[in-house]
Amino acid sequence: MAAAAAMVGDEAERARGRRAALSFAAIAVVLGLPLWWRTTETYRAALPYAGIEGLGRLPLAVPVAVVFAPRSVPGDLPRPLPFTDVQEMDIAVNLRTSVTARYETAYRSTTAQEEAALDVATAQEADAGLHLLQDALLGALTVYVVPETSPLLPQGISVYVGKHRSALVRAGGGLATLRTRLQQLTQVMSFTSSSIAAALSDRLPDGQLGPDARRHLKSSLGYEITFSLLNPDPKSHTVDWDIEDAVNRYVQPVLDKLSLLANFSVDSQILYYAVLGVTPRFDKESSSFLLSAHSLPHVINPVEARLGSSAASLYPVLNFLLYVPERSHSPLYIQDKDGAPVSTNAFHSPRWGGIMIYNVEAPASPQASLPLHVDVDMVRVMEVFLAQLRLLFGLSREELPPEFLLESPGNEGLADWELDRLLWTHTVENIATVSTTLTSLAQLLDKIGNIVIKDDVASEVYRAVATAQSAVDELAMGHLHSAFQASKEAVTSSERAFFDPSLLHLLYFPDDQKFAIYIPLFLPMAVPILLSLAKIVREARQQRKEPTKMD
Amino acid sequence: SNLWYLFSHSVDKAWKELSNILSGIFCASLNFIDSTNTVTPTASFKPLGLANGTDHNLLRYAVLPREVVCTENLTPWKKLLPCGSKAGLAVLLKAERLFHSSYHSQAVHIRPICRDASCLAVSWELRQTLTVVFDTFSSGQGKKDWSLFKMFSRTLTDACPLASQSKVYVDISPKNKEKELLEVTPPPASVHEAIVQGDRRTYAVYDLLSPSLFNTSRSLNVQLKWKRPQDSSELPTPVLHAQRYVSGYGLQTGEISTLIYNTHPYRAFPVILLETVPWYLRLYVHTLTIITKGKENKPSYIHYQPAQDRRRPHLLEMLIQLPANSVTKITIQFERALLKWTEYPPDPNHGFYVSSSVLSALVPSVIAMKDMDVEQSPLFTSLFPSLDGSSYFVRLYTEPLLVNLPTPDFSMPYNVICLTCTVVAVCYGSFYNLLTRTFHVEEPSRGGLAKRLANVIRKFRGVPPL
Repeated sequence: MAAAAAMVGDEAERARGRRAALSFAAIAVVLGLPLWWRTTETYRAALPYAGIEGLGRLPLAVPVAVVFAPRSVPGDLPRPLPFTDVQEMDIAVNLRTSVTARYETAYRSTTAQEEAALDVATAQEADAGLHLLQDALLGALTVYVVPETSPLLPQGISVYVGKHRSALVRAGGGLATLRTRLQQLTQVMSFTSSSIAAALSDRLPDGQLGPDARRHLKSSLGYEITFSLLNPDPKSHTVDWDIEDAVNRYVQPVLDKLSLLANFSVDSQILYYAVLGVTPRFDKESSSFLLSAHSLPHVINPVEARLGSSAASLYPVLNFLLYVPERSHSPLYIQDKDGAPVSTNAFHSPRWGGIMIYNVEAPASPQASLPLHVDVDMVRVMEVFLAQLRLLFGLSREELPPEFLLESPGNEGLADWELDRLLWTHTVENIATVSTTLTSLAQLLDKIGNIVIKDDVASEVYRAVATAQSAVDELAMGHLHSAFQASKEAVTSSERAFFDPSLLHLLYFPDDQKFAIYIPLFLPMAVPILLSLAKIVREARQQRKEPTKMD
Repeated sequence: SNLWYLFSHSVDKAWKELSNILSGIFCASLNFIDSTNTVTPTASFKPLGLANGTDHNLLRYAVLPREVVCTENLTPWKKLLPCGSKAGLAVLLKAERLFHSSYHSQAVHIRPICRDASCLAVSWELRQTLTVVFDTFSSGQGKKDWSLFKMFSRTLTDACPLASQSKVYVDISPKNKEKELLEVTPPPASVHEAIVQGDRRTYAVYDLLSPSLFNTSRSLNVQLKWKRPQDSSELPTPVLHAQRYVSGYGLQTGEISTLIYNTHPYRAFPVILLETVPWYLRLYVHTLTIITKGKENKPSYIHYQPAQDRRRPHLLEMLIQLPANSVTKITIQFERALLKWTEYPPDPNHGFYVSSSVLSALVPSVIAMKDMDVEQSPLFTSLFPSLDGSSYFVRLYTEPLLVNLPTPDFSMPYNVICLTCTVVAVCYGSFYNLLTRTFHVEEPSRGGLAKRLANVIRKFRGVPPL
């Protein structure tokens, strides 16, 4: 009896023991494990991943107005004036990004004032008169169709592009020719598919890009322009250049026009004993020294070390160098690929700047006292530098259809529609940069578990996504100016979020430290629990076998 | 390295930008300058050159005592010179000889000056100074002779074509009025006598721009030979010099003492002392004592700005009158703070540096000086400026101090973890045992090795067995 009672007591004891062990394990797993996980995870504020994904689509809208002067309306218009027409063109970039160009063309006839403005002798005057009448927004184009017999356009020219945002087209040939001419015009005055593709060049695989792709300056909030005069031989030449006056007179108007695009700052310096890295060859026939085209890339590096402006500037630097060769290497000419000397004696390097060589004539009498005094002809020099500046920004004037005539921009340096071209490409590039930066941040967060996202970083990311989204919306409506401003803000916010130093707070926290902290506590706690669980499992298995054995 | 600048507006942001940009240009670690080592002195630094009514709140001064000068600082310094190191005097400045020296110091000063006498336009003047002390006595087999070639392994070949003046001055002042003690070759074209810092000195002048200098030989190698072997010659002590040291024992308290010597025989003059002490040495200003010749010396002007932990250092500026021929001792006691364990630098047992204190004074000269013509020798007057004929301005820097702070044992966090975890585990273990162990009655067992051994011992003792 006592043994049976003892057996029952024993059984109750063992059951109680099992229950106690199981409840320990249950509490440890249900309460302890989540508590430990929550208190040791790196802090990450929520990020708008959906918004970042949605920046892939870029719709561009160009508002075009076509104004028909009297007697120039083509016969085969689909509807009577005024009416609007929308044309869409798809620019395929890659699987994730798609750019759609929409040309919203509004056709109408001229008002009385516009007719009066068109009733002048030359196209330039017409252009100036029309500019006063219209309040063209950035990005918008106005095309005036003048009758075939109009005296405004010279012979053989059917399209005239003015300094501002308007163009004159000779009527004739019906609606189809008009539409082709319109398309060519928008390619010249707004953007082409290759210019948009070049702006998105970091998203395309290398094979698809043309040679022009990585040539133009990347979009940036500001640029610093440095003019340097290099005099390697101060014993022979004393060179003076009136750079301040030249900058105020020639360069500043161009920079004022470009001030919508970015902040510019200009400085200048004179460097002595700065030599080119390449020794020029002496050519007996022309008795001058020649620098061949394939040695030009080696010229820049030794000079770059002395230019020294990259340490102190936030923005990319454009260097324009004027080199006065040494007396022993004068005169010095640059040879192009065919062997002929280049007429301007200058060359430029994309995304860096340009170099011009200024030859000093040998003195009349060989006993002239050294050093020779040289006054630099700034007009010649600035012509070359300004042309190089336009090339660096991507404002070249090649590839024109044959009947086009472009007005030269005069003192301002660039026409309004050229500024529009820059704004289109820079806006697209900014939005693409925001999307790339934020996508990389999201991918990094996935891969590396140790990155901390504090609340202010998250708010910057939200702000970047919101402003980029508003930039895309403004582009879809055709407001280029506000789209550009929004895209600049978006780039600033995204860069600030990505490069915030607080992201790296816990990046290098060594893993073995984590083990060293957790093991002294968790191991002694876990071992008894695990052993009792193992004992319980073993007893349960034995019990299941026993009934079959006993029976 | 130290940096000071007078701003015209919006100081703090501009100060940070300035120190970062200068750090990039000169490859110096000036970007470590932040609010914990910047002070705003009120009296010690006055702007050089033209200034429009100075508000001392716009002046900032910072010192980084742990930074040393090396070759990477010399190269951008040389790049600022118009001829670089290609022509003129700067060809001598090659790093491998310049840093084989006992003392090396570089400085860049910028100040606005009038462009001409009518002062209608203002230009910026950039002045670069390089001070090197070579010890030829210990490296030249015990002789005090030196030459340009021995010191720099180079000689001068021409002047910089852009320079309007290019001169070499050699100090050939005779001691004790004896002539013919030393000889300089090549013989100088002219000799310049001046009273510099209260002493009459004679300089041999070599003008590199004069055509006659390079007539005989293409290079100029200035050599100085002593005619008679030198008996023990002492250098004359300067009128104003100072020392600073830390005293005390243990890692709790200490005392900073500054000794200022005035060796002028009969003139007393005031000196401004600027001390910047980091926040982790907590100064007790009530223990500040200034004692001269055994009596207390009250300063006529004290400006004290206490430190804020981790934000601002201590600033102590005093104007002290130094009597003639005396030693002034300034002591102040401090307590060492315990830093947070992440604030210790690598190798914390090396110690923490306290930057040097700055003494500025107008020292009266023993001999009356005549006004030197600034137009004639602009470089010479900028080296040894004198406001009027009777005194000259001196700014002295004392030694930096190295102070040990109590350092924790950095392995303690892990030790604490192990200890507490052991205690917790033992306690938890016994608790767990009590709750989950099952108790049942057991038959006593016979045998067992320990019991038999115990019984054997009991038999020997005559005690009944277990």
